[in-house]
Amino acid sequence: MINLFQYDFVTRGLEAGLIVGFIAPLIGIFLVLRRYSLIADTLAHVSLAGIALGLLLGINPILSALIFTIFSSLGIERLRTTKRTYGESALALFLSGSLALATVLLSLAKGFNTNLLNYLFGSIVTVTQNDVYVIASLAVIVAATIYALYKELVYISFDEEAARVSGLPTRVINTVLIVLTAVTVSLSIPVVGVLLIAALIVIPVVAALQLKKSFAKTIFYAEIISLFSVVSGIIVSFYFDLSTGGTIVLIVLGIFMLLSFSNRNK
Amino acid sequence: MHRVNHADNIVELKNVSFNYGNDRVLKDINLNIHRGDYLGIVGTNGSGKTTLLKIILGLLPPSSGSVKLFGQDAKNFKDRSKIGYVPQKVTNFDANFPATVEEVVLMGRYARRGLFHSIKEGDRKRVRFALEQVEMASYENRLIGELSGGQQQRVFIARALVTEPEIVFLDEPTTGVDKGARDEFYQLLKKLNEDLKLTVVLITHDMEGVAYGAMHVACVDHTLFFHSSLEEFLKETKLNEKLERDARIIAHHHQ
Repeated sequence: MINLFQYDFVTRGLEAGLIVGFIAPLIGIFLVLRRYSLIADTLAHVSLAGIALGLLLGINPILSALIFTIFSSLGIERLRTTKRTYGESALALFLSGSLALATVLLSLAKGFNTNLLNYLFGSIVTVTQNDVYVIASLAVIVAATIYALYKELVYISFDEEAARVSGLPTRVINTVLIVLTAVTVSLSIPVVGVLLIAALIVIPVVAALQLKKSFAKTIFYAEIISLFSVVSGIIVSFYFDLSTGGTIVLIVLGIFMLLSFSNRNK
Repeated sequence: MHRVNHADNIVELKNVSFNYGNDRVLKDINLNIHRGDYLGIVGTNGSGKTTLLKIILGLLPPSSGSVKLFGQDAKNFKDRSKIGYVPQKVTNFDANFPATVEEVVLMGRYARRGLFHSIKEGDRKRVRFALEQVEMASYENRLIGELSGGQQQRVFIARALVTEPEIVFLDEPTTGVDKGARDEFYQLLKKLNEDLKLTVVLITHDMEGVAYGAMHVACVDHTLFFHSSLEEFLKETKLNEKLERDARIIAHHHQ
């Protein structure tokens, strides 16, 4: 068997994977409990338009995706809070709209090639050292913000109205959460790809929820599940020459089904 | 009745109206809530009583009129830890939410701590004390979703108590709580009002629940059409005749 770590790209991929695996459930727990899971998926599709823009303009697609996704997240939050659209229809607008924009931009950039597949489904082979630095610095920002707002996010997730009565600035915190989601989506692109990011944000948390533990322990177990899936997914996909993102998501899905099944048989 | 300080108004509503589109939900409400009072605000579904509560709490701005909390404009009122709030459980609560009783009650301390300030041992002591007040101390590590409706509501009261409030608002607190637990719950509210000198405002459609411990009653049906002592409320509504058949409650009332 060949040694995994003799390849630099595997080390880089694992580094990036561990960072993404750590950050995704931190955001995911608040999205899932607030019934915002679809926002992650919407922003992931939005990020594809950002990537296409980057390819067209010749700038780092992850950075263009980051900027584009952040602005779109603010737009979604605005549509949601002003209630000018019906609930999830704001998400549908952004999801299909940005996908349409992405295809047009890609055709302009002549970007329908194998490179695109890497962005769609993730490929650790293409993670550059530069990407790792970008991912790491974004991850530090996300983790620090969540640490700072942890209490407030927990309270708002549990009971937004009581949180408002107690004087918490719920609107600001909601906006911060959706912007952090945008950042997390963007930093996850190289590892799991646009189409599978939402799975990594949502499924480890849903799996950990099956264990029915306290809030703090639920985050802890979601982290274990996520990190295990990412690392084992990268290793398995390397040896069997499979899609990395797909393998990771199938593993985390398997864990969810296992926990969900054992939960039902209790 | 002597415990109520009529000179000290915690809440002052002057000519408050609220329109939703073309519907007039509330019209010319004038209401003062005195320190130490236990006020029941009674109204049917759709009477505007929950809207009234939201206006008092500063969650909704009134269309006209003025709202004062502790003498300050409600909209700009900052000292929010003086207010305890127990929301309507059924609409605001996810039974699968992964949180222990301790974690839920700790939330009441969050607004007192700023960003980056983590929870201290003192906060946990407060939580334990509040849980003792509502007789839920032994449930500290249980998941909130595993408790009965009555127990959950006690936990939410504890969460309101840890902010060390001067006034507590409860919105239909006994929805989904069985009869036995409901009586105990009203007893607890009475105890908090008497022993902790807490001002209590109970918003409900349950007139018998109000009869159980409130000192004053306000009836809302888009306007405030009755606001007086409990005795007069019972006479007015002939609820006393009904309650005389229920010896248990009436005994409590005259004790």
